[in-house]
Amino acid sequence: MEFIQLFLKSIFIDNMVFATFLGMCSYLAVSKKVTTAVGLGLAVIFVMLVTVPLNFLLDQYLLKPGALVWMGPEYADYDLSFLTFILFIATIATMVQLVEMIVEKFAPALYTSLGIFLPLIAVNCAILGGSLFMQQKEFSNISEAAVYGVGSGIGWFLAILAIAAIREKIRYSNVPAPFRGLGMTFILTGLMAIGFMSFGGMLTGGDTPVAKEVVENINPSKTEVEEVVIDSTTLEIVKDSLTQKVQE
Amino acid sequence: MANIKTQSESLFSKKNIGLLKDPLTDNNPVTVQVLGICSALAITAELKASIIMGISVIFVLGAGNVVISLLRNVIPSAIRIIVQLVVVAALVIIVDLSLKAYVPDLAKKLSVFVGLIITNCIIMGRFEAFALGNGPWKSFLDGVGNASGYALILVVVGFFRELLGSGKLLGFPVFGDPVEKTGLYATGYENNGFMLLAPMALITLGLIIGFQRSRNKSLIETN
Repeated sequence: MEFIQLFLKSIFIDNMVFATFLGMCSYLAVSKKVTTAVGLGLAVIFVMLVTVPLNFLLDQYLLKPGALVWMGPEYADYDLSFLTFILFIATIATMVQLVEMIVEKFAPALYTSLGIFLPLIAVNCAILGGSLFMQQKEFSNISEAAVYGVGSGIGWFLAILAIAAIREKIRYSNVPAPFRGLGMTFILTGLMAIGFMSFGGMLTGGDTPVAKEVVENINPSKTEVEEVVIDSTTLEIVKDSLTQKVQE
Repeated sequence: MANIKTQSESLFSKKNIGLLKDPLTDNNPVTVQVLGICSALAITAELKASIIMGISVIFVLGAGNVVISLLRNVIPSAIRIIVQLVVVAALVIIVDLSLKAYVPDLAKKLSVFVGLIITNCIIMGRFEAFALGNGPWKSFLDGVGNASGYALILVVVGFFRELLGSGKLLGFPVFGDPVEKTGLYATGYENNGFMLLAPMALITLGLIIGFQRSRNKSLIETN
């Protein structure tokens, strides 16, 4: 149950694109056609499945303060956490290289269809972001990290698939000239993100009481009609979860 | 992009100034080249965080461009991406540690997004497109220029989001006190808390892009 919860949460609520803006560059650059978007999305899922658990192991047995204790008690004081960025990105770059070679050897058809996108994944912020968030969330075991990795990858895949489909259709609409292309894509992504915010209440199911802490920026006035009140409470839940995540 | 010439010219020739100035407006990395949006939007809910993030990126890109430009003749092209990533990661560690030392609160708020400067596409993009083919001084100007263009967008987005979302600028209340109903709030004005949430960052940036393109018709995409 916990795994399902974590899985759904990483796909919908903590969606890489809509909640944390990660991987926006390739999200915008490669979303002109659905087929290429699907290829890149699949590659991202795969790389995240590999790199997040791998970086979890690195973090557990090398980087955390006191992680080196398995080498002997005299290493307990070592804190190598300042090496996090360099080790994570090195793992990702090498894994992407490795994945590229494996795919080329065993699935040449997939390799040619992915083309340039495979090497580009190394600098996709969603991948490094997945590893950094994994470190922040302090998972207890490697399977949780793997579930989180796959979930985030699938979330990113869904996002790029959706925007690619919309962009294919929007070509036939009459968008005001200054907003054509990039501007409209941003606004669409914003609207989609609003849609994804509604998943915020999914896992609480309404059973858990609404967070008591009133967010200072949202203050519903006394004259508000009921619909608006409901809106602002859902906003609060999402905002709370976001701020909690940032504070963690 | 500016063409590559090795002839000697003064440090602040017109072309060099152009390297510094173009990315601020007509060739802005965020709104025109569509780079570096990844780590940009999540931290723009407050002006202060935007400014700090902008300064960090200016430092990383300026210094990184110089390093890569100095190394450009020794890096084998097959492994250049890993070399670039290591250079950026080293610089980002410097930034991260100094932020943690001098502005710990803000460093906590920026959380993983400082680390994500490593994969900021502007940085890799400038390394690939400019620093690998140009001398250190030009690369430095190009790096600072592009990072400033990025910082400019961050500050504009941060300005609107903080002003409309919480009625403050850099933490100082601008419109009066929302609880005591003073200043603008006396007229029934309310803060739009929605501005602080993720989707509005995207929509704000979309509007900025639309505004810029309506002023400069040559940037309009043909679809």
